[in-house]
Amino acid sequence: MANNNEAVGMQEKMEKNIWMLLFFLAIALSVGGLVEIVPLFLIDDTFEHNKAPELVWQRQAGQTLADHKPGDGMRPYTALELAGRDVYQREGCYLCHSQMIRPFRDEKERYGHYSLASESMYDHPFQWGSKRTGPDFARLGGKYSDDWHRKHLRAPRSVVPESVMPNYPWFQENSVEGVDMAARFSVMQLMGVPYTDEDIAGANAELAGKSEEDAMVAYLQVLGTMAKLDDSKAYRE
Amino acid sequence: MDAAAEQKYNLGIVRWFTVMAVVYLVVGTLVGTYVASELAWPFLNFDIPYLTFGRLRPLHTNAVIFAFGGCALMATSFYSVQRTCGVSLWSDKLAWFVFIGWNLIIVSAVITLPLGINQAKEYAELEWPIDLAIAVVWLAYMFNFVMTLATRKSSHIYVSNWFFLGMMVMITYLHVVNSLAIPVDLFKSYSLFAGVQDAMIQWWWGHNAVGFYLTAGFLGIMYYFVPKQAGRPVYSYRLSVIHFWALMFGYVWLGAHHLQYTALPDWTGSLGAAVSIAMIIPSWGGAVNGMMTLSGAWDKLRTDYVLRFLIMSLAFYAMSTFEGPIMSIKTVNALSHYTDWTVGHVHSGALGWVAMVAIGAIYHMMTRTFHTEMWSTKLINAHFWTATIGTVVYVVAMWVSGIMQGLMWRAYDEYGTLAYTFAESVEAMHPYYAMRAIGGMIFVTGALLMLINVLMTVRKAASEGSVRAASTAAASA
Repeated sequence: MANNNEAVGMQEKMEKNIWMLLFFLAIALSVGGLVEIVPLFLIDDTFEHNKAPELVWQRQAGQTLADHKPGDGMRPYTALELAGRDVYQREGCYLCHSQMIRPFRDEKERYGHYSLASESMYDHPFQWGSKRTGPDFARLGGKYSDDWHRKHLRAPRSVVPESVMPNYPWFQENSVEGVDMAARFSVMQLMGVPYTDEDIAGANAELAGKSEEDAMVAYLQVLGTMAKLDDSKAYRE
Repeated sequence: MDAAAEQKYNLGIVRWFTVMAVVYLVVGTLVGTYVASELAWPFLNFDIPYLTFGRLRPLHTNAVIFAFGGCALMATSFYSVQRTCGVSLWSDKLAWFVFIGWNLIIVSAVITLPLGINQAKEYAELEWPIDLAIAVVWLAYMFNFVMTLATRKSSHIYVSNWFFLGMMVMITYLHVVNSLAIPVDLFKSYSLFAGVQDAMIQWWWGHNAVGFYLTAGFLGIMYYFVPKQAGRPVYSYRLSVIHFWALMFGYVWLGAHHLQYTALPDWTGSLGAAVSIAMIIPSWGGAVNGMMTLSGAWDKLRTDYVLRFLIMSLAFYAMSTFEGPIMSIKTVNALSHYTDWTVGHVHSGALGWVAMVAIGAIYHMMTRTFHTEMWSTKLINAHFWTATIGTVVYVVAMWVSGIMQGLMWRAYDEYGTLAYTFAESVEAMHPYYAMRAIGGMIFVTGALLMLINVLMTVRKAASEGSVRAASTAAASA
């Protein structure tokens, strides 16, 4: 084959040389990911709290997680909340419920203020979801009573007849006492979630006498309540 | 009987991967149909933790993608790389290690996912010890493939192998980065990334699992099996080169279109959407190249059952790769995101394209590796129609329910308040969820027919002694 132009020549060479083909493939395949992912770790604009620091809780020395009031800003989850979040993940709740409100009028009225990146900054892994077989949870906290949640978790159709959610009667029977939450806090701390050594030391004690249902309710009730968002403020362009 | 091929190549590994692919096709789609039925009739959850939708859905996705898709890819790539290179696999031992390892991984998924042991990242649910095993087995698979190419007798590397190679490299990147996690214990870990960064990395993985595992890999299948079955060369070499590099470079960017209007910075989502729209061109390049390979041989469709599967798969491929870019346009995405439309889109690709092209290739390999005809041609015909009708019923149900959901959520009444509660939108989905489950059942029926046919063909081959005859008939070959 006559190679009159360089591009064809390159292709010809690669088709005869597996190592050259592999090399150029490895380069072509890495560009898109690098361009889209790396800047998210470097650009300040990615997180709204770089411009609006009140979104993140400024913990004073000696304060415990219990000293945080709703609206004080984003904080790490308490032991009970994180235990609930782990149950949430185990049961695959993220497959039917999103935690990401988009900036549309109908979503604002249905779910509340659009979600900010800073609101999931401590979420390892993220739980934004991709499908709403059920409603969004980003601002679920405080919308229903604890009692409603318990009834709903045990038998969703007893309170929402149209629901297609499974019943979770075993949540109230399963204890979370045996979970080594201190170990889980330590891993989170290692990854940069601001747990103090005191938080870790007290983590397991917080679970005394608690069921998975208690943990789930604690988690669901804290969603969207940590930071107070200002409707008049433009957090994103 | 092709005694020369039996003795020259390692067809034993191909036979095993082929049969297991069919077994996993049945298992994966059966679980899928069950979870689809749970959404239509929630009593099917039976208050048993291991059977709930949330735990079985990851089992469904992992079974169809990694068990069925994986075995189909490994069978076809090991088969076609030997035939296009004119050499046997570089290492038979390594190939068997991959077979056993991959199947053990599948077994561990079947055990751990219903137990609720997962990393809570879609299509990457398996916990860290299994993730490590996947990395090892995958690299062994790639190494064997690359070394087979390196020791080839043919002068050029054939186009199907480029696509397989692209898939192997990209899946290595994706799997390693997206699975980075810190273990708490053997059964629990937390993703190394958080929030917005975790979301971008997850969908970089999520969309490219589709783009490379289920598209590039299966295009590799298309480029070997369509020309082979049609008995004609690939329509355009130039087109294959252009669409190959465009696909390799471009597909990687698409993940961000899953996160439009979220807390991901706007530039990332828009970039993902822009490249997504441009991807129509290389995607259709592949579809056109496959279909035009048949030009002048269209009459074969009347009699050739394998070609029918292959052509139907290309039609669905062309349709899904048109639908995908449309759905990535911001205004369309605002409606379609979070709805069943996405699920319908995935299944027109997964059932219509991925499963169909693999099924065609599997029937092709069955006769050539077991050295006998298929047990029943009638069953194959029935399989073709059940697969096609099941897919269409499924996809149509999801289009209607998805668009309806999207419209109901944003509908306002004359007083300017939301017209429907969320629960009302759930109720409105019921007929379509039932219809989708029925579409799934039709598809599973076809898969079962295939399994019966494949197992009976294996039995037939055993009773005829065709494999043994092929491997010993040296003198006559």
